[in-house]
Amino acid sequence: MRESFDKQLSALSSELIEMGGRVEAAIVNAVKSLEMRDKDCILRAREYDREIDEMERSIERRCLKLLLRQQPVASDLRLISTALKIITDMERIGDQAEDISELTKRIAEYGSEVQLFNIPKMAECVIKMVGDAIDSFVRRDLELAQQVIAYDDVIDKLFNETKEELIGLIAKNSSYGEQFIDLLLIAKYFERIGDHAENIGEWVIFSITGEHKNDRIL
Amino acid sequence: MNELKAYLKRPLSLLLRVAVTAAAILTVVVLIFLILYILINGIPYMKPSLFALEYNSENVSVVPSIISTLYLVGLSLLLAVPFGIGCAIYLTEYAKPTSRFVRVIRVTTETLSGIPSIIYGLFGMIFFVTALHFGYSILAGALTAAIMILPLIIRTTEEAIKSVPDLYREASYGLGAGKLRTIFRVVLPSAMPGILSGIILAIGRVIGETAALLYTAGTVAKIPDGLFSGGRTLALHMYVLSGEGLHMGEAFATGIILLALVVLVNFATGRIVKRFTAKGLQ
Amino acid sequence: MEKFEIRNLNLHYGAFHALKDVNMKIKERTITAFIGPSGCGKSTFLKTLNRMNDLIPECKIEGDILLDGQDIYRNFDVNDLRRDVGMVFQKPNPFPMSIYDNIAYGPRTHGIKNRSKLDEIVEQSLREAAIWDEVKDRLKKSALALSGGQQQRICIARALAVKPSVLLMDEPTSALDPISTTKVEDLVARLKEHYTIVIVTHNMQQAARVSDKTAFFLLGEVVEYGSTEEIFSMPKDKRTEDYITGRFG
Repeated sequence: MRESFDKQLSALSSELIEMGGRVEAAIVNAVKSLEMRDKDCILRAREYDREIDEMERSIERRCLKLLLRQQPVASDLRLISTALKIITDMERIGDQAEDISELTKRIAEYGSEVQLFNIPKMAECVIKMVGDAIDSFVRRDLELAQQVIAYDDVIDKLFNETKEELIGLIAKNSSYGEQFIDLLLIAKYFERIGDHAENIGEWVIFSITGEHKNDRIL
Repeated sequence: MNELKAYLKRPLSLLLRVAVTAAAILTVVVLIFLILYILINGIPYMKPSLFALEYNSENVSVVPSIISTLYLVGLSLLLAVPFGIGCAIYLTEYAKPTSRFVRVIRVTTETLSGIPSIIYGLFGMIFFVTALHFGYSILAGALTAAIMILPLIIRTTEEAIKSVPDLYREASYGLGAGKLRTIFRVVLPSAMPGILSGIILAIGRVIGETAALLYTAGTVAKIPDGLFSGGRTLALHMYVLSGEGLHMGEAFATGIILLALVVLVNFATGRIVKRFTAKGLQ
Repeated sequence: MEKFEIRNLNLHYGAFHALKDVNMKIKERTITAFIGPSGCGKSTFLKTLNRMNDLIPECKIEGDILLDGQDIYRNFDVNDLRRDVGMVFQKPNPFPMSIYDNIAYGPRTHGIKNRSKLDEIVEQSLREAAIWDEVKDRLKKSALALSGGQQQRICIARALAVKPSVLLMDEPTSALDPISTTKVEDLVARLKEHYTIVIVTHNMQQAARVSDKTAFFLLGEVVEYGSTEEIFSMPKDKRTEDYITGRFG
C-alpha cells in the first residue's frame, strides 16, 4: 500500500541518519581540534557546516514534496512535520560546531598550555545526546527521547561547574581573561548544543504521541 | 406485531395492502383453477391409445399434432430469428436513430404486431397457399407464423441490444476491435438473455396459434412428411376436436400436453438464460 | 522522447467549441494528469488521443495529434491506433465473460489464437496489473463477480494484454473505495516504468500523488501545463491557483 510514499519515507529516514552522522562528526571535529590545538580545524568545520546546510535543504525539499504530493495525515503528518522541525535544530548544532572551531583557532594561537576543564566531558555528553536524539526519531523510541531530554540536566550541571571554575580563575588571574572567556563561550556552545538535542527529543515525542512538551498541538 | 400497529395508524395503507394481496391471491387461484379443470377433465383420457403413431377416429392420437407443432415452431423460428435479429442489429447499431427509414421500419413492425392473427391467416392463404401454390402445408404455415412473430423478435432483440451498456462497446473499441467484432463478440452475447426471452414469447405465440394456421398449415392429422405436406398443430387439434364435439375428453388431454409443452419450453429457456448470465460467455 | 505532440487542436461538438487551441507535448514513460472542473474538456481531450471521439456524430476535429511523430488521423488505422493507445474507463467495465476471456479478448481480436500463447499473455497481463494472485484460481469465473476495485484492475490488465505503449485513464478511481483507489494508484506508479500514462482525474490530490506533469483545463482551454510540483506549489496562472486551492469561481 502506498508503495512510493513508503519508499520516500524510508529515504527520508536515511537522509536524517546521514545528516545526524555529519552533525556528530562536526562536534567531534570541534572537540578533537580543541584538544590538539589544531588551527586548521576551522577549514574542516566550514566544510562540515556547508554539507550540513546542503542536507538540511535536501531534507526540506523532500519533506515539502511529500506534503505536497502525499497529503500525509496522522502519524505520517507528525513524522514529516517533526523532520522539518528537527533539521532546524540539527543545522543550528552544525553552526555551533563551526563557532566552537573559530574559538579553537584563537585558543590555539595563544600558544600556551590551556586547561580544558569539563569541556571534553561536555562534548562527549552532547555527542551521545545528539546521536540518541536522532536514533529515537528513526526508531520511534519514546523512552530514548525522554532520556535525551533528561540528560540535558547533566550538561547544564557540567556547564555550571565550568563556569564557576572559570569565574574563580578570572578573578585570580585576569591576564588570561580573554582565553578564559573564550573557553566559557565554548562551554556555552556545548550547552546550547545540548539544548538543541533536547528540542529534537521533544519533537520526537510529538511525532510519537502527538504532544509537544505535554501540550496537544493539533 | 409492530408492523400491524404501524398499519393501524394508517388505515389507507392497510386497505391498499389488503387489496394488492387479494389481487395476487386471485391470480394464483384462477391459474390453479384453470389447470385443475383441465387436468380433471383430461387425465381420464390420457390413454396409451392417445399416443398411437397414426391418427384415426378411434384413438384420436395426438402424436401427429405434437410432431407438426414441433416442425412448425422450428421452421418458423428458423425463418424469423435471423431476420429479426439482423433487423434489430441494423436498427440499433447501424441506422441513424433519426432517419426516415428507421421510422418507417418502426411503424411497420408496430403495425404488424397489432394485426389480429386471422388476418395473417387469410394473407397466408391467399399468398402462400394459393398464389405461390404451396397448398395447405407446413411451409405456408411456418412462413405465416414467421411473419407474425417477426415484429415480436425485432422488438425484444432491439430492447435487449439497447440495454447493453455503452461501456462494453467502448471497452471493445478501446481495445482496437472493429464494429462487427464488437457486435458479435460483446453486444449480442450480452443481449442474449433478452433475445432468448423474446424467442420464448415467440414460441409461445406459435404454439398457441390457431387462426393463422387454420388456413395455411391445414388440419390434416397426419405426421407431415415434408415441407409441402399439411399438418395440424396441437392447438388446432384441440380446436378441431372441440369443434366436432365428439371427443371433448381428448381435447382436454391435448390441453394437458400443450400446457406441459409450454412449461417445458419456459423451463428449458430459463436454464439457458441462467447459463448465459451466470457462467459467462465464451 | 516525445510520445504525443498535439498542435493547435480544436474540437467542436456541433456548435459547441469543446477544445480550444490545445498544444501539448507528452513525454514517453511519464504520468500526465489532466485536472479541471466538470465539462472543462479534459475527458474530451483524453478521448481524442485514441480517437474515441470518432464514435460521436457531429464531432469535428482540427489540428494535429502526433503519436511517435505520426499523425493519428492521417497515418493510422483507427484499430491499430487503439491497440497502441489503450484506455481504462471511469466505471469498471469488464465484459460479462470469464476473467480469462476478458483478458484474451484483445489478443484474440488481433488474431492470436494459439492457446498456450493466450495463456501466457493472460497471466502476464494479470501479473502486470497486480491482480494475478487474487484471481489465478478462478480465471474461468465471471469477471462480474469481482469487487469494483478488482474489476478495474481486470480492465487495466485487459488493456495491457494488447501490449499498448500508452494507457489513457479516464477517472479510473472515481467509482472505487479508498483502499482500491490506493491499489490502483500504486499500480499506475509501477506501470510508468513501461508505459506512457495519461490520467484524467477530478481528484487533485490524486493528480499530486501520481503524476509527473499536470495540465489544468478550463472551458476547453489548457490554462497551465507543467511539472506537477510546480503547478501545485507555484502555479503561474491565477485561475489554476483558485482551482487547486478550492477557491474556484
